[in-house]
Amino acid sequence: MKLKLFLVILFLTFSCKDKTTSKVVANIETVEEKAVEPKIDLEVYDFEGFKKFLNKTDEKTYVINFWATWCGPCVKELPYFEKLNAEYKDKDVEVILVSLDFPHVYESKLKPFIQKKNLKSRVVVLDDDNENKWINEIDTSWSGSIPATILYNKNERKFFEKSFTYEELEQEVKQLK
Amino acid sequence: MKKLVKLIPVMVFVFFASAFTNSASLDDGYDVGDIIEDFKLKNINGDFVSLADYKDAKGFIITFTCNTCPYAIAYEDRIIALDKKYASKGYPVIAINPNNPNTKPGDSFEAMQQRAKEKGFTFPYLVDEGQKVYPKFGATKTPHNYVVKKTKKGMVVKYIGAIDDSSRNPDAVQETYLEDAVDALIDGKEIKLKKTKAIGCSIKV
Repeated sequence: MKLKLFLVILFLTFSCKDKTTSKVVANIETVEEKAVEPKIDLEVYDFEGFKKFLNKTDEKTYVINFWATWCGPCVKELPYFEKLNAEYKDKDVEVILVSLDFPHVYESKLKPFIQKKNLKSRVVVLDDDNENKWINEIDTSWSGSIPATILYNKNERKFFEKSFTYEELEQEVKQLK
Repeated sequence: MKKLVKLIPVMVFVFFASAFTNSASLDDGYDVGDIIEDFKLKNINGDFVSLADYKDAKGFIITFTCNTCPYAIAYEDRIIALDKKYASKGYPVIAINPNNPNTKPGDSFEAMQQRAKEKGFTFPYLVDEGQKVYPKFGATKTPHNYVVKKTKKGMVVKYIGAIDDSSRNPDAVQETYLEDAVDALIDGKEIKLKKTKAIGCSIKV
């Protein structure tokens, strides 16, 4: 009888111990998961705040591309903008990728996308519901479909509601006065 | 001869002017005030639908939409609500999917049938087979909406653009552009805002 009790106690002790150990392990795992989560601080603007990217008057050429993670043709052409940014950043060209993703996917889709694709160009987010107002302010010819791209410097501005190849993009940058 | 020489600049001008007008109207599609051509497109139940089938309609809310665009999806419930509100008042909704299913498999005929069933669409959901209708309207994206009114001359475009001013968040709507347009037509009043803009997904060709 005494032996039985001893065994039961022994068993309980071990099972308790087991539980504690596994709990600790679980804790460590959570900590590790958090550590690898994307550490990206999104720059989110309403249109008033965003406007500064459209009206710079320094020596640079700015390439402003409107895109979203859900937009197939946008995602397809992103590598060309990335390539342009990499090859021309020493030549006073700056690419700014303007995400129009919905706020509820910033964490679940946009941040992981930026990290997975390892985007090097500056990504900003435009979060402004009053599209009827700001689409026209960006360009009156824009119907509102994306991808859409603005190329500008202090002398000239061009707007495109279309997809680009790298060659087309490079040519437009070179042609800007 | 002198007269003829004088005429040359005029002739050149007329030639260029007409060439420009033609190409502009082809590129841009219908504008407010234009009369639209009727179409005959396949519905998800296999029947073909034309505007002429609707003998009692006073006009239509025509929406180019699809299964796959987040902006289109964000508007699905509001389109259903529009049909519920305005079909009985003579302005039913006609939805047309302009996307090429080879480019966007999620917009195939079968996927359209499934989506309409899931959401309980109360209106026709038509396929723009061969993508011949959307260019006539000048639709560039989904969703892209048109309100047309039946007149003696034909179906006249009265409104082009967005349903409201908050595509992404139905709870933040302040301006119901399309409803205001249809209400004005029903009341015989002038539409205040005949054209609006919204972000959308480019039509997949």
